[in-house]
Amino acid sequence: MPEPAAPLAVEVRDLVKVFRLRRSPGIGGGRSAAKTIVAVDRVSFSVAQGRSLAVVGESGSGKTTLARMAVGLERPTAGQIAVGGRERRWKHVGSRERRRRAREVQIVFQDPYSSLDPRQTVGRCLDEMLRLHFDMDHARRTERIAALLEQVGLDERHAAAYPRALSGGQRQRVAIARALACEPRVLICDEAVASLDVSIQAQVLNLLSDIREETAVSYLFISHDLAVVRQVSDEILVMKDGRVVERGQTDRVLDDPADPYTQRLLAAIPRPGWHPVADPESDLVTS
Amino acid sequence: MATAAAIAEIAAPVRRRRHIDPVIVGASVLIGALVVVALLAPWISPYDPNSANILATNQGVSAAHWLGTDPSGRDVLSRLIWGARLSLLGPALIILIATTLGTVLAIASAWIGGLFDQVVSRVMDILFAFPGLVLAMVAVAMFGSGPIAPVVALSIAYTPYITRILRSASLRERNLPYISACYVGGVPARSICSRHLLPNIFPLLLTQAALSFGSALVTLAAVSYLGLGVQPPTATWGLMVATGQTAILAGHPGASIASGILIIVTVVAFNLLGDRLANRHAVQGL
Ligand SMILES: Nc1ncnc2c1ncn2[C@@H]1O[C@H](COP(=O)(O)OP(=O)(O)OP(=O)(O)O)[C@@H](O)[C@H]1O
Ligand SMILES: [Mg+2]
Repeated sequence: MPEPAAPLAVEVRDLVKVFRLRRSPGIGGGRSAAKTIVAVDRVSFSVAQGRSLAVVGESGSGKTTLARMAVGLERPTAGQIAVGGRERRWKHVGSRERRRRAREVQIVFQDPYSSLDPRQTVGRCLDEMLRLHFDMDHARRTERIAALLEQVGLDERHAAAYPRALSGGQRQRVAIARALACEPRVLICDEAVASLDVSIQAQVLNLLSDIREETAVSYLFISHDLAVVRQVSDEILVMKDGRVVERGQTDRVLDDPADPYTQRLLAAIPRPGWHPVADPESDLVTS
Repeated sequence: MATAAAIAEIAAPVRRRRHIDPVIVGASVLIGALVVVALLAPWISPYDPNSANILATNQGVSAAHWLGTDPSGRDVLSRLIWGARLSLLGPALIILIATTLGTVLAIASAWIGGLFDQVVSRVMDILFAFPGLVLAMVAVAMFGSGPIAPVVALSIAYTPYITRILRSASLRERNLPYISACYVGGVPARSICSRHLLPNIFPLLLTQAALSFGSALVTLAAVSYLGLGVQPPTATWGLMVATGQTAILAGHPGASIASGILIIVTVVAFNLLGDRLANRHAVQGL
């Protein structure tokens, strides 16, 4: 239930992203026909401080593009993004402005195997973020690194490890710690658990819920997996071909989908061990 | 499945303990020894490399002259030792300049993209059209022979190779999420390039430098051989192959063969080193 008084962490209005695919010039030369893809088509949503919004939809529906625009990796073709009540501009974003934005929105990517610099230890990775954003001396940073590692369920000893020595789940925890090091208002998780083992998935999801309780961070949670979505989100946004086809409270949308596309999406994901209807006998998801 | 994966990952650091590659060690030792010989030339060379002795021309192997003498009666071993200096310094300078230029251009192209990238790529394509030897000959024609013109020309000739390979590697790295994460984390562009991109393409950079070194050495030797580079009587291996030719006809191939073998051995050492570094990089890249 979104309390109307809660300040908005992110507000997105009529966001559009059009990709121009330039085809290689033909043999005859001349101007090649430019094909365009509307990856995101007039999407609007907002996330209140401390709330969690899930974005679901089939592959290619524009979820990642939406996330990349929110963190400044992609420039919107049209529309506005406001974070913490402040409108984003897209021209002349210097490194000071980028640093400020880093403390507003952070992202955890899907693939834990490529989202950490292979030539940087976990400790140095976190230290880099702390140095950049906070005026801390060495001792305080070391302390903070230990605290961050503990927060994501890792050990102080992991600070000296290179990513290659860590498992996928551990790497993803490091990526979460790196994102949290900036103390952002909003954490975007783009399929952040999709590549993990089911048991490790559950651990990381629990971790994310704990973090939300501890830090009042807002989540934008992108996922294919409706069971995951149910566990972590308050509200849900269903996307198809770049457009929002349905939105609402998570339980309402998942239990009683209004849009035929959402209905098909729900029907298409019968995962073993997952029971769409609350089943007191089975306690698989929460245990 | 889960446990198997977990065990594999726990075991990974142990398996990762870098075992020593004998080829890398051998090639490095050989190259190191050549460099030491070049540096110590004044102390270890038995004779003055340029002192001619018309009474002792074209001598064979003897206790006084381990590798004999050339048609001017100069000690071949001494000339090989002194020749190591320019023969190695030339390619070293070429590779230093070309890799520095190439790396900067490659990373800048990959990072900035757009028009800058296109212009750099086009210029490199044009330079590619000229083989190093041709470029060196043009440079000599313009600036006169001597050690400098061929080195500058070959530096320019090798830059496109390095740039092209490192650019595509940088582009690949640049599109990986860890670079995006740095960007989103507010890391300044310069730090992303120097502290994240560069270290990650560094093994490839080393490989390319080693492979290009061998090729630059041969090309520079060819320039010397053609009489366009360093001028006689200065000793370089390439020049020794050339000046030894008259002796070959007279039945005294020693000087040419010895310097030729030295060139081949050095080039093979650098190529093996480059090859093995490339393999190791490929394995670690997994
Ligand atoms: N850089 C790009 N250039 C061109 N087209 C792109 C680019 N990025 C995304 N697209 C296109 O935009 C559309 C949306 O892609 P996006 O990655 O946002 O989908 P997604 O919902 O995240 O899919 P998935 O669930 O597979 O991750 C796709 O058709 C994709 O091909
Ligand atoms: Mg995606």
